[in-house]
Amino acid sequence: MTKTHVTTSINGEPVEFLCEPGDTLLNVLRNELQMTGTKEGCGSGDCGACSVTVDGRLVCSCLVLGVEAQGAEIGTVEGIESKDKLHTIQQKFLEHAALQCGICTPGLIVSTKALLEENPNPTEEEARYYLAGNLCRCTGYDKIIRAVMDSAEVMRGEA
Amino acid sequence: MVSVVYEAPETVQDAVTLLVNADLKATVMAGGTDLIIQMRDLVTESRLVVDLKKIPGMMQATITEKGLQLGPSMCCAEITSRDDIKALYPGLVESAYLIGSTQIQGRASVGGNLCNSSPAADTIPALFVTGAQCLIIGPDGERTVAVEDFVTGVGQNCLGKGELLRLITIAKPAANTSDAYLRFIPRTEMDIAVAGAGVSVTLDDEGVCTAARVAIGAVAPTALLVPEAAEALIGTKLDESALQAAGQASSAASSPITDRRGTVEYRRHVVGVLTKRAAAIAAQRVRGDKA
Repeated sequence: MTKTHVTTSINGEPVEFLCEPGDTLLNVLRNELQMTGTKEGCGSGDCGACSVTVDGRLVCSCLVLGVEAQGAEIGTVEGIESKDKLHTIQQKFLEHAALQCGICTPGLIVSTKALLEENPNPTEEEARYYLAGNLCRCTGYDKIIRAVMDSAEVMRGEA
Repeated sequence: MVSVVYEAPETVQDAVTLLVNADLKATVMAGGTDLIIQMRDLVTESRLVVDLKKIPGMMQATITEKGLQLGPSMCCAEITSRDDIKALYPGLVESAYLIGSTQIQGRASVGGNLCNSSPAADTIPALFVTGAQCLIIGPDGERTVAVEDFVTGVGQNCLGKGELLRLITIAKPAANTSDAYLRFIPRTEMDIAVAGAGVSVTLDDEGVCTAARVAIGAVAPTALLVPEAAEALIGTKLDESALQAAGQASSAASSPITDRRGTVEYRRHVVGVLTKRAAAIAAQRVRGDKA
């Protein structure tokens, strides 16, 4: 099978890769590009561990083909921090101990950032619905939601 | 994952040519939320995947005096963020909002939901009550099919070899018309319909229902229009007995199966309850608009 050459942008940097046309973006990120921050949970779009943004839209990278990245702008968890400084959301996840095993955490951080860009002042209910596609089997979600709501407050400049 | 050949044509004609001339089994892709899983788990033969999202208009929706022209591949997240679409067809927008998670809605599309033709698809009953028309383009040219004639069976539809869904057209609703879609799942999010019901109603100045459409999902091999339920609403003020009669008509029209999501008896009951409630919500939307 001939591999396809793809030119894309990941976290603002130009990136080129080769992939099989049937490879998922998740596979490309982890196995071709060694960007292992994005996790594989279910591989079928149910758990959200592989959440990334494609052209600003939150998606499961297991349900995107790598070849679809051609010409697109991809955002992954590796692009969340800036200049070696943790993003507020990352800091708040640490402060609230909003993780245990950590497999869901990159996806939740990417999703939380997407949430707060769309809606900087969500109610707890809105946050819970928006993040319903990010499953966490450790925390019971309360600590995550506390971290999300605290992040929102800080990012609005209110705390 | 099976071996895949991927093409992303930029014109409809190129897409049709690719589909007609394919040596491999050809599959059209929109958001891929069903297809990529099918290719991973179910498909054993090599595939030509024709991605339609690069074709101009497939990802866009425009509203004119005539109504909505919906690009079939526009993702559900985009639809649910469009207040102009929600103002005209709130039931269709709520059906799009019920599909999967935020992430799934970032890819999944109404056209993809229709062409995947699952009995439990949420947008299909919602489309039925809007009277949507499907513009199909193929090697023999164009044809238009009413949405209720599009799906022909479980996972089956009227698309022939080389044909693709180009556009979904929905006429502007008559004055004092609104719609609603409800589905039942055992949890609050992220599940597939046990039963679903869409209702559209038109009321006159006295609040009498002059036109109605009722459609049910996940309770038969395809979504169904239920004219008996619509007739039970027309001519009434949508009082309790009319809503009850419409619900009973939906239950009677259903022919569900028992599976892990629900039993025959349960689904038949619930689809009636959903019909009743969706009709009440649609009516309330009309009254609210007038107030």
